[in-house]
Amino acid sequence: MRRIISVLLENEPGALSRVVGLFSQRNYNIETLTVAPTEDETLSRLTVTTTGSDKVIEQITKQLNKLIEVVKLVDLTEGAHIERELMLVKLKATGSQRAEIKRTVDIFRGQIVDVTSSVYTVQLAGNSEKLDGFIQAVGTSGVLEVVRSGVSGIARGEKVLSL
Amino acid sequence: MELLSGADMLIRSLQDEGIEYIYGYPGGAALHIYDALFRQDKVKHILVRHEQAAVHMADGYARATGLPGTVLVTSGPGATNTITGIATAFMDSIPMVVLCGQVASTLIGEDAFQETDMIGVSRPVVKHNLSVRHPEEIPEIVRKAYYIASTGRPGPVVIDIPKDMTTPNERYEYIFPKKVKLRSYNPAIRGHAGQIKKAVDMLMAAKRPIIYAGGGVILGKATDQLTELVRMLGYPITNTLMGIGCYPASDKQHIGWLGMHGTYESNMAMHHSDLILCVGARFDDRVTNATEKFCPGARIVHIDIDPASISKTIDADVPIVGPVDAVLKEMLTLVRESKEKPDADAIAAWWKQIEEWRAFHGMRYETSPDVIKPQEVVEALWRLTNGEAFVTSDVGQHQMFAAQYYKFDKPNRWINSGGLGTMGFGLPAAMGVKLSFPDDEVLCITGEGSIQMNIQELSTCNQYNLPVKIINLNNQALGMVKQWQDMNYESRHSQSYMESLPDFVKLAEAYGHVGVRIDRKEDLVPKLKEVLAMKDKLVFVDINVDRFEHVYPMQVARGSMKDMWLSKTERV
Repeated sequence: MRRIISVLLENEPGALSRVVGLFSQRNYNIETLTVAPTEDETLSRLTVTTTGSDKVIEQITKQLNKLIEVVKLVDLTEGAHIERELMLVKLKATGSQRAEIKRTVDIFRGQIVDVTSSVYTVQLAGNSEKLDGFIQAVGTSGVLEVVRSGVSGIARGEKVLSL
Repeated sequence: MELLSGADMLIRSLQDEGIEYIYGYPGGAALHIYDALFRQDKVKHILVRHEQAAVHMADGYARATGLPGTVLVTSGPGATNTITGIATAFMDSIPMVVLCGQVASTLIGEDAFQETDMIGVSRPVVKHNLSVRHPEEIPEIVRKAYYIASTGRPGPVVIDIPKDMTTPNERYEYIFPKKVKLRSYNPAIRGHAGQIKKAVDMLMAAKRPIIYAGGGVILGKATDQLTELVRMLGYPITNTLMGIGCYPASDKQHIGWLGMHGTYESNMAMHHSDLILCVGARFDDRVTNATEKFCPGARIVHIDIDPASISKTIDADVPIVGPVDAVLKEMLTLVRESKEKPDADAIAAWWKQIEEWRAFHGMRYETSPDVIKPQEVVEALWRLTNGEAFVTSDVGQHQMFAAQYYKFDKPNRWINSGGLGTMGFGLPAAMGVKLSFPDDEVLCITGEGSIQMNIQELSTCNQYNLPVKIINLNNQALGMVKQWQDMNYESRHSQSYMESLPDFVKLAEAYGHVGVRIDRKEDLVPKLKEVLAMKDKLVFVDINVDRFEHVYPMQVARGSMKDMWLSKTERV
């Protein structure tokens, strides 16, 4: 099953490599990974999406918790949560394609953030399936380049991950 | 205000930490530190001949004393040579701090002479590692390192020290912190009361209970609590290879150790039990055999300080995270106060069954009129040392024979690389023990394969007068490899025998020690007596043992715990 694990990490050199190293060392999957400092500059927030059986996920959270630099973590998929991913995509856009792409971008509530005579650069945020859906809708033949941020997530309601 | 250089701060911090011995080898990036070491005499440095041995020495010291060991090496090859030793300590949860020199911070990343990313290289095999970024941080980093290494589930911690952090004429204020606090590291200090209560209820209701104890009991200094609980309950106890000594082997409730080469009775009792109380062990593959066939009728209570060890391979019905001594203490109180008592009839029937298994006698070997069996060497040593020696081993058949036939009644006396299985561990580990226990008998039971992996340390033994006794069970082959080839590869002995072995007697003499060879069976005991009488000499005893002996019992691969070979021809 796919899981989103959100981690508060000491914002120190080498901390990220410990997390990534743990996944490869113990043969766990990383599907996406995002990391950035938080409003508390001593902490980073890291979000990793992974897949595995319940037993594997339990081991992943336990092993992550054992890392000295991991301060706190939560498996967001255990409760209601919001997940978002940002995508920037360059599309071939000439002739009649231009209007068609514009319409599709609107339907997906994206924005065209850069334009040349033959290329649109589109920005799109949403859950991963929505981004996949957009690529499908515009067709892969027109896609010149895709960059995705990986998933970020946060729990719904009053639950917070903080110290 | 006291102003010290980084190098002086480091040594001073070790003093304040109470470190008596460090084991190491100097080199460019560590020279400021070695100079600071020279100008004091509280911390004593032992110069090894290879950095790997320094780590095993620190490891032997830690296993025998229960205190963290300390290593000091230079950057690059000095640091990378420690890796096998660090991984050995990591797999067996041994507390240790490894201080590594590093090229100057201004050179890091430039492929400077003797530069290695030791933080990166060591990461998968350390509990934690720390890098010094300013000399002023050194006392706090040292304090943190020892704190992390020796609390919770212990393990090795590496400190990487760039050379410019130890520059002699740059001085800073020295403050050794009394306490360190890490917001992200809080090992459990007691178990969950509700879970402990549940476990005790299950213990009282069990009809075929067994206690399965591991190295965590020794590391957690809980042998007294365990012994008391086992005796109070009157239940059978088995332990892992790492747990040897956590309960007296000569006691009648002890049914031997378990797993791949464990006793027939302990593996049978595990398989047929209805309740397993696991204390500080981790259900590893050398114990469980095929996990899907593991103890089908047993419910499992698992006590461990490390939550990640619980339900990793075998699911626990009642997990208890906490220090084993504290948890066992609470259990003792509850058992004492419990209105329920163990089911006397059921327990008597269970013991009757176990005694039948015991009488079947899984741990046996055939003697021969002329060939020396490795098992008889170990038995003779056990008798001659009254079972009180420290015994270190390397890895292979001799290790199993030593663990099977030397009966340990005390913890911290059986010292081997159980998790990583590191050949070359035995001699340096024995040296680390001998240095701290000069009046005790320290035996290194080894083989001609393993001993050659760190044999250069005979020179260190000479320098520091470390009269350990090296018992070389010489079968002229990599015995365990050969055994597997006999059993699984139709005796195709691919690269498992050794031609051109050295003359170990002359080799020992060349290093300034005594060498003794034993070829004939009738010489075994008299010569061993002579060897043990040479209290102040290192004696290398090269014993010509049966070349065809196998270790039994041996679990059948991919079987359950009860599927074993008991000899070359008997399978149960």
